[in-house]
Amino acid sequence: MNRLGVLIMRLEKRPERSAAMALASPFMALAMTVVTAAAIFALRGNNPFIALYVYFVEPLTALWSVEQLLVKASPLILIGAGLAVAYRANIWNIGAEGQLTAGAILAGAVPVFFTQWQSPLTLAVMIVLGIVGGMLWAAIPALLRNRFNANEILTSLMLVYVVQLMLDYLVRGPWRDPQGFNFPKSVTFADWQLLPYLTPGIHAGVLVSILLALLLGFMVSRTIKGFEITVSGLSPRAARFAGFSEKRTVLFCMMLSGGLAGLAGAFEISSVVGQLQPQISPGYGFAAIIVAFLGRLNPVGVIFAGLLLALSYIGGEAVQTALQIPDKITRVIQGILLFYILACDTLINYRVVFAAPVGGRT
Amino acid sequence: MTEENRVPLLEARNIVKTFGSLRANDDVNLTIMPGEIHAFLGENGAGKSTLVKMIYGALQPTSGQFFWKGRQVMPASPSVARHLGIGMVFQHFSLFDSLTVAENIALAMPGPHDLAALSGRIAQVSASYGLPIVPSAMVGDLSVGERQRIEIIRCLLQEPQLLIMDEPTSVLTPQEADQLFVVLKRLAAEGCSVLYISHRLEEVKALCDTATILRHGKVAANVDPRRETAASLARLMVGADIHAIRPRSDGGKTGTPRLAMKHLSLAGDGAFSVALTDINLIVNAGEIVAIAGVAGNGQGELFDAVSGERLVAPGMLLLDGVALGRTSITGRRKAGAAFVPEERLGHGAVPTLTLSQNMFLSRHAVDPALVSSGLLDNSGALAAADRIIKAFDVRKGKPDPEARALSGGNLQKYVVGRELELKPKLLVINQPTWGVDAGAAASIRQALIDLAQAGSAVLVISQDLDEIFEVADRVAVISRGHLSEARPAQDVSREEIGLLMAGAHEAGSHEQAGSADHAA
Repeated sequence: MNRLGVLIMRLEKRPERSAAMALASPFMALAMTVVTAAAIFALRGNNPFIALYVYFVEPLTALWSVEQLLVKASPLILIGAGLAVAYRANIWNIGAEGQLTAGAILAGAVPVFFTQWQSPLTLAVMIVLGIVGGMLWAAIPALLRNRFNANEILTSLMLVYVVQLMLDYLVRGPWRDPQGFNFPKSVTFADWQLLPYLTPGIHAGVLVSILLALLLGFMVSRTIKGFEITVSGLSPRAARFAGFSEKRTVLFCMMLSGGLAGLAGAFEISSVVGQLQPQISPGYGFAAIIVAFLGRLNPVGVIFAGLLLALSYIGGEAVQTALQIPDKITRVIQGILLFYILACDTLINYRVVFAAPVGGRT
Repeated sequence: MTEENRVPLLEARNIVKTFGSLRANDDVNLTIMPGEIHAFLGENGAGKSTLVKMIYGALQPTSGQFFWKGRQVMPASPSVARHLGIGMVFQHFSLFDSLTVAENIALAMPGPHDLAALSGRIAQVSASYGLPIVPSAMVGDLSVGERQRIEIIRCLLQEPQLLIMDEPTSVLTPQEADQLFVVLKRLAAEGCSVLYISHRLEEVKALCDTATILRHGKVAANVDPRRETAASLARLMVGADIHAIRPRSDGGKTGTPRLAMKHLSLAGDGAFSVALTDINLIVNAGEIVAIAGVAGNGQGELFDAVSGERLVAPGMLLLDGVALGRTSITGRRKAGAAFVPEERLGHGAVPTLTLSQNMFLSRHAVDPALVSSGLLDNSGALAAADRIIKAFDVRKGKPDPEARALSGGNLQKYVVGRELELKPKLLVINQPTWGVDAGAAASIRQALIDLAQAGSAVLVISQDLDEIFEVADRVAVISRGHLSEARPAQDVSREEIGLLMAGAHEAGSHEQAGSADHAA
């Protein structure tokens, strides 16, 4: 009868999940992230209000930076939407960064080997190869799980480093541009090796990303395939009762999320980057994990979450140039955001109860 | 127990609990004396669970008081209740499948534990009360009956003064139930009171000293069950005579063989899973065949093999003469079969999906009103769920609730209704009325009989002999993965079935026979 007195605040399971809290949770997490960021800025000696303004608000005040925002959000939305679908099924693809790289390598092979080939078909082939590359790289952890019950979290993550080193080798060795002054870069892509632009700052991939996210949103909520994925995640035993094969779901979700990551890789090298080089993504594949959770594992929610995470990249660059804060702050803020969102999500199924002083104790 | 010591162990006075506009408990009084076995009766939704949860500290009353040994208390949480000396065995167990028996029990005990020492105490309690369990067994591999023993032992280790049992015998064989009664009577003799929730009126008459009957949230009566009849108790519970099962009007005429199992064998799927050995059984169109057996003797495995959740060789299983052993559960549904598994939550229904969403679970491939060209028809699902809710009188708190928000009996009515509505040629149902109140159980059994009479084949797997004799045309018994020959229900006695449950039809059986001896 000691101990009990201190149990003033506790979590109590809700009888049903709270839809309101599921919506409120990302906003609560965002608010807490902003407060924490302010504290970090203040500890560094910066005026937290100015820093917050530069980080979170200023990028939204100029047309060029809004365009930047959309361009950076595009891969995050593409990958995040795929991951959201996989995570719904409790299939934890952590290796989207690697699948993005694999897609970029396969897509980039086209301009590298057929430098002079210029036709609309060039771009189409690059895009298809990008998807195929991501799918193939994601198929490895899927098959390892289905065949040997290997944990896809570990295998997909480890394969990131494998393919990144492959890319590194290719651009430093066989695929290096002969006229490139020994820089570790492939030939520069041109014309039909690049995506068309909708405005001077926004490439067609942005539009495709949003459309695909909407399409996946429809799949999740309105098709039997989406139901299959949701049930597989919520209750594997019930999924088996429904006749949904676990192995098929693993393969489908890995290939889908991998294919979209590969597509994002193809888009990146055929727009922003314009060639193959050792680093083609500032960690989009990992940031997209946060996007998926922030977007409530809902592909439509992912669109908004992707824009927010894109802001974290641009804000990081902004505070670096304006206030000399290292751009590592981007990763810190992304990490804090994920931490808070997972914490706040507890409140979807639980509520905080302040227990009255315990009565009737002897 | 001396006369001057007649202070009630627990007294509930004027308890009111409201959920929104629903008065789940309306001015309820309950008095439990030390050392008595007190029956708590009522239909599903009568408010039994609500009161019990308040006694156990899982809910707080809207108004009213509790007195423990004459002093006012308010159990604010289960840990407070446990501290007072109240233990509870729930109808739905909260155990971790991937942990062992000892680890599960250690989790529920306050403070750190030496697992080896705890295993020793578990073995000791399990031996002294006749509740056989292996402390190192993985819970996921145990049957429902065995899991219940874990929960009972978990309570006994804390030496409670009041033990609440929520429908404990619904998963037990007659022998297992008799064993449990010995345990409970011994506990009562040692001074521990038992609050005994059950739907089985005969056993309440045999076991309990007094009974409180709840109806629509109010106390309908306090009676001495030994001086009542089962029928009079039932009348008090439902406020009217219980609908009796209508016997078949056609005298049990059966047609051609519909489901055939031929030399069906299936290896065990884990250390504690039961292997099925050479099972032969034919279920004809228009008849109900029941499979009796002690929990954990291969019923789950047999269900998985017949449903197609686990596949066997093609010729081991035939539906209307077509080999379906390697056909998926979806393929078997398309061939006209329907299935109701034992676990409603997490197997027959997804707990966090609504009833209308759960319609898709078993009908997505066979009901064109729900899914067309891969697209879900949510309004079709809502309409279908509504029809079932009306036809089977599924009681719920709000329109289209999540499956987990329903009581066990109401969810079972929904799951059974979902399968029956399609008029399947073959229905396989595992433990049709486990934890379901008398009224609902009667309507489910009636629905099974009506389905058979309409020409379908029905295979019932059940541990409830009353149920089996109420519905079955023929009975077979499963024991350690062996199935006895099916015999006409009117030609076989309970004693014979008890012997078969103990493994009389197997060659070289010993362990099972041992545990049955213990019961006898």
